[in-house]
Formats: sequence, structure tokens, C-alpha cells
Amino acid sequence: MRAIGIILAGGNNHKIKELTKKRATAAMPIAGSYRAIDFSLSNMSNSSIQKVAVLTQFNTRSLNEHLNSSKWWDFGRKHGGLFVFTPTITMDNGYWYRGTADAIYQNLDFLKKSHEPYVVIASGDVIYKMDFNKILEYHIAKKADITVAYKELGPEEDATRFGVIAMDDSKRIVDFQEKPMVATSANVSTGIYVIRRRQLIDLIEHSAEEGRYDFVTDILVRYKNLKRIYGYKIDGYWSNISTVDAYYQTNMDFLKRDVRKYFFQEHPDIHSKVSDNPPAKYNPKANVKNSLIASGCIINGNVENSVLFKKVFVGNNCIVKNSIILNDVYLGDNIYIENCIVESKGTIRANTRYVGENGIRVVNEKNERYAL
Amino acid sequence: MAKKEMIAMLLAGGQGSRLGVLTADVAKPAVAFGGKYRIIDFPLSNCINSGIDTVGVLTQYQPLRLNTHIGIGIPWDLDRNVGGVTVLPPYEKSQNSEWYTGTANAIFQNLTYMETYNPDYVLILSGDHIYKMDYEVMLDYHKESGADVTLATMSVPIEEAKRFGIVITDEDGRITDFQEKPEEPKSNLASMGIYIFSWEVLKDALIKNQDIKGCDFGKHIIPYCHEGGSPIYAYEYSGYWKDVGTLQSYWEANMELVDLVPEFNLYEEFWKIYTNSDIIPPQYIAAEAVTVESIIGNGCSIYGEIYNSVIGSGVSVEEGTVIRDSIIMKDVKIGKGCHIEKGIIAEGVTIGDHVTIGVGAEVPNGLRPDIYGFGLVTIGENSVIPDNVQIGKNTAISGETELEDYPNNMLNSGETLIKVGVDA
Repeated sequence: MRAIGIILAGGNNHKIKELTKKRATAAMPIAGSYRAIDFSLSNMSNSSIQKVAVLTQFNTRSLNEHLNSSKWWDFGRKHGGLFVFTPTITMDNGYWYRGTADAIYQNLDFLKKSHEPYVVIASGDVIYKMDFNKILEYHIAKKADITVAYKELGPEEDATRFGVIAMDDSKRIVDFQEKPMVATSANVSTGIYVIRRRQLIDLIEHSAEEGRYDFVTDILVRYKNLKRIYGYKIDGYWSNISTVDAYYQTNMDFLKRDVRKYFFQEHPDIHSKVSDNPPAKYNPKANVKNSLIASGCIINGNVENSVLFKKVFVGNNCIVKNSIILNDVYLGDNIYIENCIVESKGTIRANTRYVGENGIRVVNEKNERYAL
Repeated sequence: MAKKEMIAMLLAGGQGSRLGVLTADVAKPAVAFGGKYRIIDFPLSNCINSGIDTVGVLTQYQPLRLNTHIGIGIPWDLDRNVGGVTVLPPYEKSQNSEWYTGTANAIFQNLTYMETYNPDYVLILSGDHIYKMDYEVMLDYHKESGADVTLATMSVPIEEAKRFGIVITDEDGRITDFQEKPEEPKSNLASMGIYIFSWEVLKDALIKNQDIKGCDFGKHIIPYCHEGGSPIYAYEYSGYWKDVGTLQSYWEANMELVDLVPEFNLYEEFWKIYTNSDIIPPQYIAAEAVTVESIIGNGCSIYGEIYNSVIGSGVSVEEGTVIRDSIIMKDVKIGKGCHIEKGIIAEGVTIGDHVTIGVGAEVPNGLRPDIYGFGLVTIGENSVIPDNVQIGKNTAISGETELEDYPNNMLNSGETLIKVGVDA
């Protein structure tokens, strides 16, 4: 592969704030067994990209724990491998990452010391499958300066959360509006870009000189008429988890047979850190319908249209409906939970009731199990 | 110079022929257990949990699955710069090349491997039991008692003692006599096939007995040490320990895991069992599915009904199918409207639609009544069962079977259907 990878995993989004108290968006648990960043990491690994940098600064403990070994994504290499870059104080710089472009600027040596001609930039909070070899071929064929992967949203989806693009007949991007008030097109940027490494270094250095720090507004939007920026359409599943609703819906999408087939059964696999949990256990009164259950769960009650992450314990006579229970949650007996996202490691006391009345309720309870 | 206080040598070369078609293509230690594990995971996890980071795994019979499973030892944290796990198959020598002819012979052929680590003690293990044991505690006992050899033993009911190698000890735990499968046992302390040797004693015994054909620990090495006056002590172990050498004991040990609070608990944080699991996705339980009193592995899609069963990873069960009291291993595909009772279905088997397994009266198996009994139906790896057939009890099937192989769409109880496929 003639590209290196950069995964932008720095962000915190205020719309998903209550869930990112514990972790960066890129470390959000997805579909029972994964973390959001597994999708970008696996796509890079599966596309034979050998060298990947993860740029992160917000609440990185959980992400670092997840990335503590690169072997799960096959990045345990002598040449290349996985690099996690958090801001550091140097002789010339004492800032946090002031934006995505600044994050790359502060790690420009990583780009300068590489020899691969291209860079694939992806974001850590996007759920998708993609062969980066194809977009790279397209990028070269179009003689593009930058290629932006885009997704055509369905009529009911809200494009104003994203960067909205307009293209001419040759797919060259003629307009790029970041999170506009009114979306003029259903085509949105997916946060996945291909760019020549030398070109990226030039653009990032120029922006830094001008005191501009954001990759989207200060490079894509600013240079859209000067540089040859092309759109590349993604046809498969793509979802961004930057709001609570989108996060909930993305997890619920995995209850659909075609989505499960696409991610779980079709080649190539999505890789993740392997946990050493035993198989899920169903006790005599267990009653599970249309749900995803991860390893290490023990189920005594009723679970319906829900996603249970690893090591969830469901007590007797519980009813869990249309909910997402993150890893290592303990549900005591006789609990009713509907339309909720229950935060990881929480202990839900027996005989309680949690219902999301108008939309999804995020339940964040303390872990009362381990006395220190 | 490398130095390890104690290294482990794990004997994993046996076929385990009493598991019938289950071990036709894999060694017994590589047979699946408990939905996600393989039998060898238990001794390997015990090693790393006991602080032993150097393990030689001796393979001989059908080693491919074992080799793939062990790899460089990552799942057990046995990928080490010095030590770690090493797979040791028999190898050609300039003189006297031979297969491993016995347990002690296999260890003897790997003297050089052991010498590399300059061990003070060597732990000898076998890869066919389900248990959790702290070998470090046994080593402490070995040191305190001043033994040259320590045997792990456990009390068994006296009426079952005649199935085991029995040791007789004095009040200090020193072994005074042995009885191999005795008619009239003098004690109920059975040897578990787990030994700690002081290195020099082991080395000397192996070299002195190297010309014995099929040199075996129980038959030759331990008696040799005993006769030479070496102090041999019995370390008494009292936890869960299950031999899974027969289809019946294998089936029972799996079924015990689904108890409300199983005696052998895989869910405890302490003393985890590790395995090489390549299937990561969660399992999907459909709206019409029933999953009761069962354990189910990662990546399964369950549309049917599962009662009191152990289901491995990546299994799909289509709608209308009912499975009871069965063990279904990794990547098995089961069609619609099947009914399966007391089946042991090995990895990669494909079962068509409307297949009934485990019907009719119990008739002893005509070919191997000693292996295929207990009302079980055993189906070997990668077998194919066509649509609309019925299969009786105490039966065994292996190979890609077709409808013609089943007269009147039926395999009667007690029959065996082994189809030799075309070897790729």
C-alpha cells in the first residue's frame, strides 16, 4: 500500500457529551463487541496500510486502554505499526491540539519521515467498511489534490450535522459548507480523505503560518476552488455517532440482518481487542428476543430489541426493552428499562425503573460493586 | 544464559480414540470445550496463572489444529522473549529417529529443549483434563517435603478407584506403594497424571531408561525413581477435576457448565481461562428464538429454540429448529425445522432442513459400543447431513453424507455411518 493512515480521534462533541464523560467518541462501544475506532483501524489494516497514526487528546484513558497493544489490528510490525499521538510540550509549542489541522501540524515529523506518497485521513467516530485501495486508485485517476469520500443521505436524514458538498459532473467539488443552517444537497463529507503526502505537508504548514487550525474550514473549504478536490461516493453502510440519537440508532442498526451480515460475516472482518470472557449464559428464566448479546453476559430476565455489551448481568424478572446496556453493567432483580442507554460499569439497583419518555435517556449510575 | 525455576512440558500428542469421530482429524487436546475453549486451554491457562511462562507442548497426532490454536501463545500471554510456548513435534535425528513412543520417551527426546532453560524443576502435564490448579502451590509442597518427585493426586470414591492409578502414602504424604487400576485398591488417592520432578532426578531417570520401548512415566519412570529410593510425595488436590476422555464424560462436563451456579465456574474473575478466539461479533437472538439454560458463543445467529445446550462460536440455527441437551461446536450450520437431542456436533458440520437427530429406541452401537453409547449422536467435523433424514441414538456419522446413505431417510439407532471423503 502506498499510503499511510491518520485517524482523527481527538474530538469531543457536545451533542454526545453525557456519553463522552467517560471516553473519547472514538472509544465509544459499538454493536456489543467493538469500539468506534475499530472500524477505521480495521479498514486501514484490511487495506494493507502498514503505518497508522491516531491523533487524540480528549479523555484518552479509555482509548489508550483499548489501543494498548497494536496486535489486534495486525499493526504489531517492525516497520510502521500504530502510533498514538497526544499533544506534548516541546521547545516550540505548548498548546493542546487547537484543531484537526493543528493536530497534524504538531505531528508533522510523522508525515515528513514517512516515504509513502499518499495519506488516508479517517475519523475515529464513523462506522463503515471501506477498501482504501479503491479510493486511492480513484484519487490517482482523477489527478486530484484531495479526494473526499461522501455519502448520499436518505431523505429523512439530517445533513446539517455534516459538511455538505456540491459537485460538478466530473465529481469535482465546487461547494463545501460545514454544518450549514440549510443543506442544499444530500451529499455529505464522511470525514475520510485521500491526499498526497507532500501536498498535505504544504497545506498544513501554510495554514499553521496563517494561524488556521481546522482541516475542514481552513483547508477543504478555503482551498476548494484553488485545489482539485474530488468526491468519491461510499455506497455501503456509513454512520457517524456524534449525537446520542445517532449513537443509539447505529447500535440498533445491527439488529437488522443485512447490517449484521455486512459487518459480521462478509469479508473482511472488523478486528477489535480480544477480551477473555466466557460465552454468554442463559439461565432458566431467560427470555431474549431480537437482541445482540456479547460474551460474558449472564441473563436471568427478559431482554427485547436491545444491545447488551460484554459482561452485562441481567437479574431475575428484569425487563429490558429498546435499550443499549454498555459493558460490565449489573442489573439487579425486577428492573424495568426502556429506551435507555445505560453507561458502562454501572450498578442498577433492584426494583427500579428507567424509561426514556421523550427520546433516549442516558442512565449513568455508580458502580457499587467493588469496595476499594 | 537463560534460567527458569520451573518449566512445564505438556503432553498433547495423543489421539484420544475414545472420543470416536471427534478426534478423527484433531488431537484430543484441540477438541472444543465449553462453547469457546479447547481442552488444552485449561492446562495452558493454569500455567500462566501459576506464573509458569515456559511451556513445551509435545504434539504428534494430527497437530495442525493445535499449532494454529497455540500460534505464538498470544492469548495466554505466552509470547515471551525468553521462554514462552514452544510446540515440540518429533523430529529426525542423525541416528535413531523415531516417533514419540511413550510419555517419557517424548520428554526424553526433548532433553535439549529443557536444558536450554536450566530449570530446577520440570512440571509434566497432559492436555486432556478440565480443571483449575495452582502449580506454584504444588511446587511449594514439593520443596517443603524435600521430594524428588511429586504426584498430584485426588481422593476418588473407593468404588471408582479401580479405574485409576492409585498411590499409597505414609502419614507424611510420602508414597510407599503404587497400584495401577487395582481390583482391590488399598487407598482412594488417585494420580492425576501431573508430576513435578527435580530436574537432575528427571534427567537421570530419562537417560537411564532411554532404551525402553514406549517409555512411560506411570509404568517406567516413577517406578524407577521409587525403586532407586527417591522420595516421592503425593500432593493432594481437592478442586474440580474432570477427565473428558470418553464421549459420556465429555458430554457431562459440558452440560455441567449450564447449571445455575456451575461447580466449574468460567465466570469468575480469578483464575481466568484464556483461549484463542477469532470470532469477535456478539450473538444475535431473533424475535422467534428461545434460549434457556444454555451457554452460547460469539457470533452465533439463533432463530430456533435452544434448551440446556452448549453452543460454540459462529453457529447459525434457523427458525423452527429445536435443540436440547446438545453440544454444538464452532461454525456449525443448522437448517430449518430440525430437532436435535443429545447430539455432539463437531466443528463445521452442516445440517440440512427438517433433520431429526436422536430418535427411537436405545440400541447399542454395532461397531463400537464401548465408544458410542449413552444415547448420544456424535457427528464428526465438517460432516454434511442432508435434508429430511432421521438419525437414531448411539450413532456416529462422519463425512459428506447424501440422501442415498440413509435407507428410508433413516439411520437407525446403533448404526455408524462413516464416509471417507476425498482427501484434498
